[in-house]
Order: sequence, then structure tokens, then C-alpha cells
Amino acid sequence: MRRLCLVLLLLGVSVGAQAAYSIDQLMAELAQHKGGRARFVEKRYIALLDKPVVASGEMYFGPPDRLEKRTSLPKSETMVLDKDMLSIERDNRKLSVNLGSRPEALAFVDSIRSTLSGNRKSLEKYYTLQVYGDSNQWTLVLVPGEPSVAALLRRITVTGNGSQVRHIEYLLADGDRSELSIEPIDPR
Amino acid sequence: MKPIAGRVFLLWLMFMLAGACVVWNTQFTADMSFFLPSSPTAEQQVLVSQMKDGSVSRLLMLSVEGGDASQRASVSRALRQQLTGRSDFISIQNGETGGLDGERDFILRHRYRLSSAVAPARFTEQGLADAVANTLEMLASPLGLIIKPYLARDPTGELLEVIGHLNPEVQPETRAGVWASRDGERAMLLVQTQAAGSDTDGQEAAIAGVNQAFGLAAQTLGLNSMTLRVSGPAQFAVTARKTIKAEVSRLFLISTLGIVLVLLWVYRSPRLLALGLLPVASGALAGIVTVSLVFGTVFGITVGFGSALIGEAVDYAIYFFVQSGRLGLPNWRKHFWPTIRLGVLTSAIGFGSLLFSGFPGLSQLGLYALSGVITAALVTRFVLPTLAGSQIDLPAPGRLTHHLLSALDQAHRLRALVLVLAVLTCGYLWTQRAVLWDANLSALSTVSQAEADEDTRMRSDLAAPDARYMVIVNGTSQEAALQAAERAGEHLDRLVAEGVIGGYDSPARFLPSLKRQGERIAALPGDEVLRARIRSALVDSPLSANKLEPFLADVQATRHEGPIKRADMEGTGLALAVDSMLMQGQGNWSVMLPLRSAPNATDGSMPANQIRAALAGSGALFVDMKTEFDALYNGYLDEAVTLAVAGFVAIVLLLAFALRSTRRVLRVVLTLVLTVAAVIALLHLAGERLHLLHLVGMLLIVAVGSNYALFFDRAAGGEALDATTLMSMAVATLTTTIGFGTLALSNVPVLNAIGMTVGPGALITLLLSAVLIYPTRKP
Repeated sequence: MRRLCLVLLLLGVSVGAQAAYSIDQLMAELAQHKGGRARFVEKRYIALLDKPVVASGEMYFGPPDRLEKRTSLPKSETMVLDKDMLSIERDNRKLSVNLGSRPEALAFVDSIRSTLSGNRKSLEKYYTLQVYGDSNQWTLVLVPGEPSVAALLRRITVTGNGSQVRHIEYLLADGDRSELSIEPIDPR
Repeated sequence: MKPIAGRVFLLWLMFMLAGACVVWNTQFTADMSFFLPSSPTAEQQVLVSQMKDGSVSRLLMLSVEGGDASQRASVSRALRQQLTGRSDFISIQNGETGGLDGERDFILRHRYRLSSAVAPARFTEQGLADAVANTLEMLASPLGLIIKPYLARDPTGELLEVIGHLNPEVQPETRAGVWASRDGERAMLLVQTQAAGSDTDGQEAAIAGVNQAFGLAAQTLGLNSMTLRVSGPAQFAVTARKTIKAEVSRLFLISTLGIVLVLLWVYRSPRLLALGLLPVASGALAGIVTVSLVFGTVFGITVGFGSALIGEAVDYAIYFFVQSGRLGLPNWRKHFWPTIRLGVLTSAIGFGSLLFSGFPGLSQLGLYALSGVITAALVTRFVLPTLAGSQIDLPAPGRLTHHLLSALDQAHRLRALVLVLAVLTCGYLWTQRAVLWDANLSALSTVSQAEADEDTRMRSDLAAPDARYMVIVNGTSQEAALQAAERAGEHLDRLVAEGVIGGYDSPARFLPSLKRQGERIAALPGDEVLRARIRSALVDSPLSANKLEPFLADVQATRHEGPIKRADMEGTGLALAVDSMLMQGQGNWSVMLPLRSAPNATDGSMPANQIRAALAGSGALFVDMKTEFDALYNGYLDEAVTLAVAGFVAIVLLLAFALRSTRRVLRVVLTLVLTVAAVIALLHLAGERLHLLHLVGMLLIVAVGSNYALFFDRAAGGEALDATTLMSMAVATLTTTIGFGTLALSNVPVLNAIGMTVGPGALITLLLSAVLIYPTRKP
């Protein structure tokens, strides 16, 4: 954890020196992304577990509202976020949750969707935004402002190049951590 | 007053006082059981109990309009806060998640008794390894957030197993953290009242409480532009009662005023006017007394309609005053009373036929009208002459009456025209016969189309159940009923898997039978065994067994805890859910499992036959409330038609016996039949679809109209019709038309139907009688 902070600090310092790439620039670039498919690997580090939980599969993003995450390993599972409706299908059972009734959960899952679509307004509803790096190698840090979100989540760190998001790290309030690596299948 | 007259009066007074005592002790009801059968089938029983106190009958849907989303949300929150904890509401939901903590805690605590996954195989080494692996995979999903806090206590994921079954497919939209309509423009709340659906007073108080709390919430927040809408069965019942009350009293006032003016103009004497109301008043009292003594309770609606039905009795007093004033009492008794008596008997037979209806509303109405009409006639015959004395001094019939009389002599010239019109009318009705009747019970409902649409929209906004389809199981005890529900649930699970139905609710989800709970507890191993198994099961797992002490402790605690009882869920929404589905009858428990339609069934309908086939032999009963309702109503309608026809045949027989002339009987019957045909044709042309109350109205036309026909028939029989008699008939027709005509102004379908039928009907009978029955030449 300390090492990560150190890295961030260093990044911040080095980027601070350049001080060119703005949030608006990044958002404009992200907004150009037309969506599409990507492979993902997600690692969850949970204090109670000795090893991280690893999941992998394909993601699909249809701007501005639809995000699909089809996990194939370790077990087939489909998650669809369409507007406020989150549906999860596994073991032939479907579960639908309207996240509108849980703003903190919506803030959590929406962070990725809003980032992918470059929706600054939506992100700033729950988070304070900071950007480091340049168009080729940027880092976006989201720090929750609202207490209900902060009770769940300490920080989200998104990195990428151009309009492509490459890596998302969630740092939860209890210290657990989740890393999502994204590899586009047919980059446009 | 002569001694005999005094005795008659005293006797009458005693009857009236005794009647008043009975009425004083009578129980009046205003609930929907008016519409429910007296000997229901099993399916109808469900209908009755659902309408009286089923959970759906207690449902109120609220919508908050105006302002922006966050303002609406704050009013919604404030409203929920105001209503929560009040004894007249069981639950108030607006989509705030805090409202579900109690339920989650209950499920978490009792998860090993509630989870359908708990079985011996799940607690073997392999079963534990699979369950934990599954939970860890779940941690990787977005749901992981929900289960992560309970990982050490619930590594096998029973919490999610239970919750997964509870989640309905469709949920309301949400804006600013609370439920909203589909378009997001209104905040929505769902309230369940303590008062049952049949308790209209309690419902009225609850709705008033909601409105008051809303006013307070909006005022406190300074948001005065907001409006609240309430819908649901209870709201409809309260509005209907209010509307009917207001309409009845308003129309009663108008028609009374009209009738009083006409009678004052004719009588020129307030004393006679007051005396003239005596037969009706006595009849109304006698009607209530008889119904009360026979049925035990009196429907408020019976009194409302019954009074209209025996409005005919006003005519008796008119005949008496007008006719005996000219002819003297003995002459009246000799010449006119037999005709009036015959008219009374035809009415009595008409109303009497309703007595045999299996629809308690109709048989009460029949009894009320029957006893009312006979009492009114007896009072006219025996009490009125005594009280009126010999000072009945009415003004002589004026010019108008003489004009009418000379017109009457020419009436027969219209016979050919009337007969042509009659043939045309009957031909028209024959071509339209398939579309004359409204087979829908909603025809009787006071709910307007706009209100019904609003209700449908709010229901879909809230994804609230309309409880159209359900499965019913019974048992001799709570345990037996719950076991039956579990067995029915297994059949339904298969239907869900096949996609035939979308899902179902069962009280056994939260309150499994003791047998089922026992089986699940028996599946939990002892501490030593479980420790050993979990250790070897998790050898290669990222979750180390030595972090699962909370799990081991919980399992052992559950094994030594008593079973879940209904009382354990007190204070959570689950208690309500269980109570609304598990009902105790007399020596019998029944469970109602509401079904949800499959997501692809756009109109929300279900394949009834397929479901019945799947449940065959299980003892579970599938009920489609709408079909039941319509079948029930159509049963009433068919029965009422049969009874009305039987009554009509009895009237014809009575006339044949009294008149002893085929020609005279045929003329009277033809007149009455043509009147009814003409009224039906007029109603149909006016776009009305006939329903039960129109039928009652036709019976009334026959009852009232037979009097007019018989007076003209008297003339045909050789007794000249003088100006006085004609005046009495004209006045009687006028008062009847005013009385029923005002009902036609009503927006309440039942009142409107009676008015639209009888008002014109009375006038048409008089005209047709004049044309068809009145002799061509003066005898």
C-alpha cells in the first residue's frame, strides 16, 4: 500500500511538472471511444483470503449506458448494467437489482461506465477527479466525496492510453483491493 | 276518529315503533360482500377472503408530483418517516434501502433454516468445497460487495441463496434514492394499511392519515407545490362510498323537491302531502325490518336502491287521494282498490322473483321491495283512510286533464304506427342481441376509466401485484398448510424453470414448515465433524479454514436454537408478507401463493390449463381472479334473467286469473313487453351496454307499468275512465318519471342504470297503454 502511494506521489510530482493534460482533454478523448469488446482479467485481493480471486472473460461497452461483463473463468457469469438496472445471470438464475435505490452501489459500478464514456458530470457527482500523465499514458484518480460512497470505497485509479482504458484499480475502504486489466479485442 | 279507526291507527303505530326498535339494532354493512355469492365455491371463497382482508385489498399506492426529483425524494422520505411506526399502517415502502435492514438481519440469523440449498450433501467435504468455491467466485462479481461482509460467517453463501429467491424480476425505477414512476416524474410509495379491505371506515381514516402526513411533510420542507395522489382498492372503496352517499342524498333532494311540488300543486294541501308519504315511509321501514330479521345484516346499498324501488308506493297514496276524494271512500274501495291490489300483486311477484337469487344483494333487494310494497299498499288501504278522514277535498281536474282525456280517445289511431315501430324495434334488437349485454363486472363499478388507468399506471410503476393469479393450498393446521405450500412450490419451481410462469411467492420461504426446518437442521453436522470437513475441504482454497470460526459458531448455534416461528419476524416486512399469504379459517389453514407472469407475457396472462395440469393431483388449486369474477357476475346475470322471466310468467298467470279474458291479458302483456323492448332499444341506441341493474330496472317497469296498464284495462273492461282517474295516473307517472329521471343524472353506474331504464320506461308504458289498451270507443 505504501509503495502504491509512493508511486502515485512520484507520478503526481512528475506529471505536475508537465501539467499539461487536463481532465477535459481526457474526457473528450474517452468520449470518442465508440465502444466495443475487450478481454479482461480481474484480480481481487481480499484480506480474509490467502490468494487473490481471479476472474477473466470479455467485456462489451455500448455507449453511453450499456456495459456487459461476461466472465468465463472461473465460472460463467453475465453481468449487464443497463442504465440503473444491474442484472446478473449465473447458474441459470437471474438477479436484477435497480441500483437507483442504492446510490453508493451505483456510484461504485457506474465509475467504470462513466469513465469509459468520458462523462465528467456523472463522475463528479460522486468523485473528485485528478488526472496525471499525457494522452499516451494517463492516470485518472477518483476519490469519493460523498460519505456514503467513501464508506465503501477509498479510491479508484484508472490508467490508459488515448481513448482506451487499460487498467482499473479499486481500493476499498476496508483495505481490500481489486485490479481490472483490459485488453481490447478489436481496437478502433 | 271512530274507535275502530283509532285501533287501526294504534296497531299501525305499534308496528312502526317495533320496526324502529329492530332498525335501531340492525347491523348495516357497506362492504363488497354485497356482490359476493351466498354459497361460494372454493375459488369464490378465495375471492371473498381476498376482497375482504387479503393483502392486496390493503394496498395503497401513492405518487408525489411536482417539484424536481430531489424535492420529491425528500417529501417521499419525510412522508415515510411520518407514517412509520403508526399503528394504522403495517408497512410503508418508498425504495429507501434502510427499510430492509430488519429483513436482512432476520434472514442472516436464520439462514440455515431458510436456505433451500441446505441439505446433507452440502455439508460433506465435497459439498463444502463446492459451496465455498462458488461463494469465492461470487466475490469476484459485483454481488461480492453484498456478501463480502458476511464471508467469515457465511462462506457457503446461504444469505444470497435465500435473497436470490426473493428478488422479483421487475423493480420500480429509482430517482434520488427513492422509488419513482417509469418516466421519473413522480415519486412513488407503497403503503399497506392495518385496516382490512372490507373495513371502509378504517381505510378512510388511513387515507386521511396519509393525506395529512403528506401535507405536514410538504409544509415542513416548504414544498407547497407538491401534490399527492392515492390509488388502490381501498381508495376506490372509500371514494365509491362517498360518491354514492353524496349522489344519493343530492338526487334524493332534487327528486323529493320535484315530487313535493307536483303533489302540492295537485293536492293544494300540506296535510295530504304529509299523509301521502306515510305509505312509502312505512314500506321503507318494513323493508329494512324484514331484511334485518331474515338476513341478520342489511347492506347499505339495499336501503339506497330499495327506497327507489318502492317509490312506486307514492303512487298508491296519489290514487287514493285523487280517486276517493271524488268518489268517496266506499266507492273507491269497491271500484278502484281491486285494480290497485292487482297492480301491487304484480309488483310483489316481480320483486319476489329476486328472492331466489344466489346473489345476496339481489335477494335482499327483492325482499326489501316485496315487503315494502305490500306494507305500503296495506297502509294505503287500511291506515290512510283512517288518518285522512273524510276531508279529502281536492281541486277538480283542470283543463289539462280534460285535454288529455280527449286525446286519450284518439290514442287508438296510433295503433298501426305503434305496431310497425314495435316490429322494427324487435327486429333491431334481434340483430343486436349478441352485443346488448356487458359481461364485465366493471360495468357496476364506480371507478371511472381515468381512475382505472391511473391505477394501472401506478401499479406498473411500482411493479405491485395485482394478484390476478394465485395457487391455494389448505391444511388442518399451520404446519400442514405450510407443508402443502412447500409441495405446491416444488410443482411451481418446475413451471418457473420451464418459463411458463415468472415466479411465485410463498410464506414457506420465510416460515418453512417445522418438518422442512427439521430436515435442514438435521443436515448440519456437529462441531467436530464440521471442523474436520471444512479443514480438508479448504486445503487448496484461498480461504483458510482457520478464519471461519464465526461460521462454525453460527452453525452450532443454529443447531441448538428452536425453530423459526411466526412471532420471530414481528416488526419486519416479512411478518406482513407471511400473514397476507397464510390465513387461518375455521379449523382450517389456507395458503395463498401469488404467481408472477413470465417476463415475455406482455399482457401479464398465464396459460391456466397448463398450470392446472401441472398441479393436478397435488391438492393445490389454481385461481384466476379475473375469470372467477367474470364467471361469478355472468352467473348472476344469467340467473337474474331466468328469475325475471319466471317472475314475468307468474305475473301473466296472475293477470290471467284476475282478468279472466285472454284478449285483455294479451293486451296488457303486449304493452309491458313492448315497453321493455322499447327501453332496451333506446338504451342500446344511446350506447349503453346492459347489465344487472338494467335488468332490475326492467322488472321495475313491469311492476310500475302494470298499474297504468291495469287502469286502462279497467276501462276496456267496461268501467269508464273519468277525468279524476286519468289525473291520478298522470300525476303518478309524473312523480315516477321525476323520481327515476333524477337517478339517470347520476354518475354512479348502478344508480344511472336504474334511472335510465325506469324513468323513460314509466312514460312509455303510460303512452303504450293508452294506445294499445284503452278501448276504441267509450263503453
